Amino acid sequence: MIGAVARAATTADVFNAVAEARRRQILDVLASGEKQVTAVVEALPISQPQVSKHLRVLSEVGLVEARSDGRQRLYRVNGRRLKPIHDWVSNYERHWNERLDRLDTYLHELQHEEKHDDDKS
Amino acid sequence: MTTSRSGSATVTLPSDREIVITRVFDAPARLVFEAWTTPEHVRRWWGTEAAPLVVCDIDLRVGGSWRYVMRDGGGEQGWHGTYREIGAPHRLVSTEVYEGFPDAEALDTLTLVEEGGKTTLTVNVLHATHENRDGHLNSGMEEGMQKTLDRLEELLRSLA
Repeated sequence: MIGAVARAATTADVFNAVAEARRRQILDVLASGEKQVTAVVEALPISQPQVSKHLRVLSEVGLVEARSDGRQRLYRVNGRRLKPIHDWVSNYERHWNERLDRLDTYLHELQHEEKHDDDKS
Repeated sequence: MTTSRSGSATVTLPSDREIVITRVFDAPARLVFEAWTTPEHVRRWWGTEAAPLVVCDIDLRVGGSWRYVMRDGGGEQGWHGTYREIGAPHRLVSTEVYEGFPDAEALDTLTLVEEGGKTTLTVNVLHATHENRDGHLNSGMEEGMQKTLDRLEELLRSLA
């Protein structure tokens, strides 16, 4: 009854990439600005190899972009790749807003009818 | 008729597996529950003129089933499930299967909290997928996805 919004599931899509809590945390850390992998490791209770593994998944789907600056490797979020998720949530929210607005209107009608019945009795 | 609450429903994704929909209504919980669980009422608001509910079966008892079918220009879409817990007028727990994805069963919990004549409706949809993810066990520790999305929305705006 919730109205699933259909979308194709692939192993390489952004939805799957952000379904992992740690990867969302990494995106959160990177959302405040470009960082080296060591800065990400410091912000999270996981090891550098684990962070690197997650960064690789995020990079593969384009959510994170890396560039070299001298000897440093810097990672940043590519917000545009999150748009499908944002759109999906917005869509879902709009869908539910419309439905619950109709319920709201209907509840007003019901209350009006009840009041009317009370007045008659 | 529109009310001042029009468009005020919010959708949040508090964990890997959940979707939470919240909305306040200017009506007692009793009435909201009735409107949510009685076919003659559900038919009036669940579907639209363009996409009406052509099936609305509700067997409101623990173990009883429900099924909704909506018909629009593109064909029919169905949802069904079984009632697990009925605590009228404040709580209703049921399973939900979208018939387009029959293997993906979710658990829906409707909560109605009444205060001062207003009722806050919350629907928590708990999906079975991603259940083995770290996020499930650590859900109390992780930041909500909504928050992530909010921040990333800001980021999107700054990039635009």
